[in-house]
Amino acid sequence: MTLTHLQRLEAEAIHILREAAAECERPVMLYSAGKDSSVLLHLARKAFAPAKPPFPLLHVDTMWKFRAMYALRDRAAAEAGMELIVHRNPEAEALGINPLDHGSALHTQMWKTDGLKQALDRHGFDAAIGGARRDEERVRAKERVFSFRSAGHRWDPKRQRPELWRLYNARKAKGESFRVFPLSNWTELDVWQYVEAQGIEVSELYFAAPRPTIERDGHLLMADDERLEPGPGEEIRERWVRFRTLGCYPLSGAIESRAANVPELIEEMLGGRQSERQGRLIDRDGTASMERKKREGYF
Amino acid sequence: MGPSFRWGDDMTEKTLLRLITCGSVDDGKSTLLGRLHFETGSAFDDELALCGDDLSRLVDGLEAEREQGITIDVAYRFFATEKRKFIVADAPGHEQYTRNLVTGASTAELALVLVDAAKGVLTQTRRHAYLCRLLGVTQFVLLVNKMDRVGFDRERFERIVADYAGLGTEFTAIPVSALSGDNVATRSPAMPWYEGPTLLEHLEAAVPEERPGGAFVMPVQWVAREGRRGFAGHVVAGEARRGDPMRVMPAGTRATLAEIRLGEEVLDVAVEGQSVMLFFEEEVDCSRGDSVTAAGYPPDVADQFEATLIWMSGEELVAGRQYALKLATQSALASIHTPKYEIDVDTFEQVPAHGLALNGIGVANLWTDRPLVYSEYEHDRDLGGFILIDRVSNETVGAGLIRHALRRSQNLHLQTLTVTREARAAMKNQKPRLLWFTGLSGAGKSTIANLVEKKLHLLGRHTYLLDGDNVRLGLNRDLGFSDADRAENIRRVGETARLMLDAGLIVLAAFISPFRAERRMVRELLGEGEFVEIFVDVPLAEAERRDPKGLYAKARDGRIPNFTGIGSPYEPPVAPEIRIDATATSAEEAAEEIVRWLETPPRDGEGDRA
Repeated sequence: MTLTHLQRLEAEAIHILREAAAECERPVMLYSAGKDSSVLLHLARKAFAPAKPPFPLLHVDTMWKFRAMYALRDRAAAEAGMELIVHRNPEAEALGINPLDHGSALHTQMWKTDGLKQALDRHGFDAAIGGARRDEERVRAKERVFSFRSAGHRWDPKRQRPELWRLYNARKAKGESFRVFPLSNWTELDVWQYVEAQGIEVSELYFAAPRPTIERDGHLLMADDERLEPGPGEEIRERWVRFRTLGCYPLSGAIESRAANVPELIEEMLGGRQSERQGRLIDRDGTASMERKKREGYF
Repeated sequence: MGPSFRWGDDMTEKTLLRLITCGSVDDGKSTLLGRLHFETGSAFDDELALCGDDLSRLVDGLEAEREQGITIDVAYRFFATEKRKFIVADAPGHEQYTRNLVTGASTAELALVLVDAAKGVLTQTRRHAYLCRLLGVTQFVLLVNKMDRVGFDRERFERIVADYAGLGTEFTAIPVSALSGDNVATRSPAMPWYEGPTLLEHLEAAVPEERPGGAFVMPVQWVAREGRRGFAGHVVAGEARRGDPMRVMPAGTRATLAEIRLGEEVLDVAVEGQSVMLFFEEEVDCSRGDSVTAAGYPPDVADQFEATLIWMSGEELVAGRQYALKLATQSALASIHTPKYEIDVDTFEQVPAHGLALNGIGVANLWTDRPLVYSEYEHDRDLGGFILIDRVSNETVGAGLIRHALRRSQNLHLQTLTVTREARAAMKNQKPRLLWFTGLSGAGKSTIANLVEKKLHLLGRHTYLLDGDNVRLGLNRDLGFSDADRAENIRRVGETARLMLDAGLIVLAAFISPFRAERRMVRELLGEGEFVEIFVDVPLAEAERRDPKGLYAKARDGRIPNFTGIGSPYEPPVAPEIRIDATATSAEEAAEEIVRWLETPPRDGEGDRA
């Protein structure tokens, strides 16, 4: 019996999840309510069923996610019966850091990068399981499945360990930690095919619907709440849009589309030939910005 | 949780093939990968726009590499056709080559070997092919690239194919130009003489070699304890059905398979490549590191192996040092013997070796502190491949491929003995210990050990004295005085002493044992507090002056090579339990001191008694 590519990817991801649970003292699964998070949570439940996954979920919140994502997050955690830890960087909260006034770089640094480090340190998590994939960004192509972080969460390309066969070396000294990526070998297409095949609930924002939008700097932004106001010469217009990737709503560019389900979305994706990150505003701060962010501890 | 895969749905009905690309720096590997991405529609327009007309830029990597113009680590890339998804391990060249290639080849089913048509088969080409074969890759595609540079010359292609054929593996050869795309996805009009498949046609049709009917093995990763106990793992060989009789190895316990699950779904059969959860009819003692196997064909169990080692660390392999070993889900401590030889990866010759440096490949014996469920690597990568981890730095320093076990114990299921070592020792009213006398030849080790044994005997203790002469003439008469034989001599003495300690005895062993690693090895064979290191300390000049057997004189004349203290070093103990100053103390006094120590041993941390 030959397994399909999705069955092999699923089996590999489940194996990695179990290795993380067995070899790390206090793992946690990062959950952001995006499609990769939805798939990862589904796989975690499959890996340990009929028992619950032996780790909590952690959402590093930025206060600026889409409202639909917060709703999905709470529903998904409750359905899985898993503890959900929500962390917001108190410093960023006190300073009122936001993407509109402070720009995407500082907003992301303080809420996401610093916030994640704070949350891991506060709870003593030694392994953060995330949904990052190697196909997302060229820098990620060399990322390990068990990515070693030295004390202070720094990623040093020279200290990454060779990964042979299915063997992951999860040994570490105190203060050191791992990021674990069970979806390393998946592509965006694999994720969507798996979502379809398994009937996994993903955010409705991935599917086209009439939504209030503002056109700004060549991007279509969704006015998800009253904090995003039209500037001079701008107006809120209803357009049929969907999102390829989800993050903070003022940093997520929508695409005009009528794709209302997964097959239509895949068809559009293969025909449209724009990469996933194209709508992500945070990557445009300079070439190789992702690598710099990673060195500093960005997921 | 969702339904199972919908068979017959075209979207999900793809197979998966894992590849590795091998090539020298300028063979056009990045261009080929860029070309494959482009031709299969796996690259997006915005990515292509960034590349201009240089497809190799689709796959370049880290910032540092871009600056230096080289790639330094294995990258994984993906492309897909309608029939198949491909995972490519892209292993770059330069000084880290072996480490990277071995890592990439460990999961590959097929190797793409690139050769520049203008340059032909290079030393590097041979090395790549050798390493891929060593790691178990069975399918090879020889891509003669840059055919456009040699005028699409058929004769040139055929010469390179004949040259490569000399390496002795089966392969398919395809003349291509990654730059212009000839014979990559579409047939080349410039090479009408080539009638074989294009690269993509070949990759879509390649059938990964099926391993012949292996019996079921699932190393246990995790035990679910909510409700019924479920045993989770990845099936590495064979298949099992509900109701099948199983065994839990290495204990050998029998159990019946009651249920197989994948998430909420109940399966009739678990097959190789799946990650499943198994449930048994019976209550079974089984935890992470054990393997669930077909009852009739349990895999072998052993604790001594001959293995091919590939060294991946800048810090050399140290024979005798213990490394953490990971094989499937099993963890153990492993001691490695001095390598028998190192393999020159350019000439494939066996050359003598004392250790292994970064990227070195050698064959060595090793033994583990517990029995492991294993297979020979050529039969099963999952049960035959292991990694070695430095216990201090926690780095992965080496990889190993089991060639065979040195002492099999597949029919030896460890029995829990009802008469324990504690019971035997209690009967004798003594604490079993190994008194290890170390020091230069002529220091007085045997003399003192003999006196100690007499005194203990008078106290009613049950003792036995092992010394170089009685062991060398019997148990170890097959061993010489090479480094490897010396290490084996000490290992056997250690194992013999361990059996005697099990029997409840106090064992005295008098051996020069010049190296710390070997003494530590014996210490780690035994329980806490059982190894008593006694350093009979005498300056070399004094030992040489005494020279009771005339050996120093012979060594000085060059008639005994590697004599400890003359041609070979003595590494004094750093923190022995007892140090005897053999110049200031008589043998009688020393023996009394040792017996006194034994009858009232110091508490921990009190340190040196001298």
